[in-house]
Amino acid sequence: MLSQIVTVTGVNLRSIRERLGSSIVAMVGIAGVVVVFLGVLSIAEGFKAAMATVGDPQTVIVMRAGSDTEMTSGVSGDTARLIMDTPGIARNERGPIASPELFVIVGHPTKKDPSDANVPLRGVSPGALDVRPQVKIVEGRMFTQGTNEIVVGRAASQQFANLSVGSAPKWGQNNWQVVGIFEAKGSAAESEIWCDARVLQPAYQRGNSYQSVYVRLADSDGFQAFKDALTSNPQLSVTAIREPDYFAAQSDVLNQIIRTIGFLIAGLMGIGAIFGAVNTMYNAVASRTREIATLRALGFGSMPVVFSVLAEAVLLSTLGGLFGGLVAWAAFDGYQTSTMNFQSFSQVAFAFAVTPKLLGTAIVYAIFMGLAGGMLPAIRAARLPVVTALREL
Amino acid sequence: MKYLPIVWRNLMRRKVRTIFTLLSIFVAFLLFGYLMAVRSAFNMGIDLAGADRMMVLNKISIIMPLPYSYGERLKTLDGVKQVTYANWFGGYYQETKNQFPNMAVDAATWMAMYPEFTLPEDQQKAWMADREGAIVGSVTAKRFGWKIGDRVPLQATIFSRPDRRAWEFNIRGIYDSPVKGTDKTQLFFHWEFLNEVIKDTRFGNQVGWYVIKVNDPEQSVALAKKIDTMFANSPTETKTDSEKNFIAGWAKQIGNISLITQFIAAAALFMMLLVTANAMAQSIRERTSELAVLKTLGFGDGKVLGLVLLESCVLAVVGGAAGLGLAWVLVTAIGDPTGSFLPQFILPPRDLVIGMIMVVALGFATGAVPALQASRLRIVDALRRN
Repeated sequence: MLSQIVTVTGVNLRSIRERLGSSIVAMVGIAGVVVVFLGVLSIAEGFKAAMATVGDPQTVIVMRAGSDTEMTSGVSGDTARLIMDTPGIARNERGPIASPELFVIVGHPTKKDPSDANVPLRGVSPGALDVRPQVKIVEGRMFTQGTNEIVVGRAASQQFANLSVGSAPKWGQNNWQVVGIFEAKGSAAESEIWCDARVLQPAYQRGNSYQSVYVRLADSDGFQAFKDALTSNPQLSVTAIREPDYFAAQSDVLNQIIRTIGFLIAGLMGIGAIFGAVNTMYNAVASRTREIATLRALGFGSMPVVFSVLAEAVLLSTLGGLFGGLVAWAAFDGYQTSTMNFQSFSQVAFAFAVTPKLLGTAIVYAIFMGLAGGMLPAIRAARLPVVTALREL
Repeated sequence: MKYLPIVWRNLMRRKVRTIFTLLSIFVAFLLFGYLMAVRSAFNMGIDLAGADRMMVLNKISIIMPLPYSYGERLKTLDGVKQVTYANWFGGYYQETKNQFPNMAVDAATWMAMYPEFTLPEDQQKAWMADREGAIVGSVTAKRFGWKIGDRVPLQATIFSRPDRRAWEFNIRGIYDSPVKGTDKTQLFFHWEFLNEVIKDTRFGNQVGWYVIKVNDPEQSVALAKKIDTMFANSPTETKTDSEKNFIAGWAKQIGNISLITQFIAAAALFMMLLVTANAMAQSIRERTSELAVLKTLGFGDGKVLGLVLLESCVLAVVGGAAGLGLAWVLVTAIGDPTGSFLPQFILPPRDLVIGMIMVVALGFATGAVPALQASRLRIVDALRRN
């Protein structure tokens, strides 16, 4: 039995060359599905990565109760003070490690397009870099307190026009000076522009108020205690959320849209490709009718024949899947773009990410398409009545 | 027409192949229709934008407000027919996931600015008469089961009340629209009501943006410049643009969805082109001797060419029309696949027409090579081949 399977499959695979045209069509079809599948889902994956790698569970964002994004939150200067005095926050020589911040957007053109995009501008306090150990100034220097200097995230600097060290953008009546570029391990923070919160307050008529307070917990499992301390303080009406949870929630809407539509499209294309594979394999069986019948007449069983047809289908689809994966990886992985975060209407720069996991899923999907496409033709090949089949052309 | 029976016979000789080829084409055009609906959704109704409407925003960014006093100054300008304004409220119903667009507007002028919304006159009157009244689009009314007379609480995200309670509104009207693709998810309530409560905050006496209707859309570029110059060098500068440009800019910020959908559609159609062309070529190869017999019987080269092309076109049209048809039915009947984020999820008639043109093009493209081969066939060679 096993030797029969090996023999018949060998004969079958060696004869692919005779049917090269239609075999390539099946392969290209499956490769096409894989490219689209990976293309669409790498957007979701890349966006998720940008939103999630900020994931430092020891950093907590405190906002006004009821707000789900910094954009709509508001925290007065007094409230910010109270929040920073809450027990559970890590301390250094300057006091509690915390940063009351403002988060606004400015209209600024992208490099590709002169019309304005909503670029996030964050006003931070001196503790900002201590709260976020992952943020590093990689070019130039940090801004000086009390001046109109700004530092720009790496992604923002790449995506938007005129935001390199030395540039002097103007938003509204305010002139700014770029003095540094920072990195934050590829996270959403790299889409932002930072300035001194104290300078931003009057520019945006915010008086002494902020929108959120970023704090660093003294120890990593102190979140619940910190949150309880906040909620039990009658002077405060605020909500606290861990940074990773906050950013995961921020990417919810877009993720849902991309995934729903992405899977629908990939699913439909997959069905189309299965039909194409069925056609190819039927043709393959039809053109080998006499050959298969001869094998059967020589005493080969029907199982080896089924197996050989399926093996051919799987081989073609795997090759197609690998090829498609390679093309998608070469074409999309790392492609820089930006989109609008639906919760705060601000731009988030991110890169398409064709992850190994995604590639694996795509190739499994390709093999599945091959199996589904080869099944019917394989059964048909096994059921060929030997006598009539031998007589066929 | 009289050749249809022979085309039919030819298609039926390998039923399985014909069926699977048809299905491939069907799926490709179903996908095409669906993608065009996605594209339309992400263009956010740009085709519906009023040519005579312009938006006046704060120059710094969309989140910055404009003074209420600007309205009077805008009204005095030559070429401005109407002025209205709105504030983005950004509230949600019960849970944060229940988000939908809700705005504080000037009830007296808002509906006149947007004639595509239809609201019965008595409902408009009831809304005007109720300080806490609101009107809501039919889609959102259905989503939350709201009826006229209901009192609905909205949780504020930006404008919290001094007492921290939810804002409550009385539903006084449900608007609809005869124009396909109009956003029927929005809720509008009185700006005066909002302003009264938040007067003493930094949001007091501010509006989010102005909408103006112009007498002559041809003059809108000049008018925009005039408005922006009027407020230049003041603490609050403006940025004025046509509604179309504003929506286009907004859609662009999400990313180039048009390009992505076109890329996918092209990939899908190319795949189907290959599959169908391959099937046609195979079926013509198998019929070489038959074609020779036809030619012997006196069918000319042109006729044989036509027969083969007719066959591929019949395949394409049957499969493609069914696919486009189903896409249209699905998009119309089920609508937005994400629930409520894409109110403009429709299949524009223009894209249906483009789809049909591509169906016919696919028919010709896939039949062309086999048809040419068939017409060039020399009888003697073809008969000898077996």
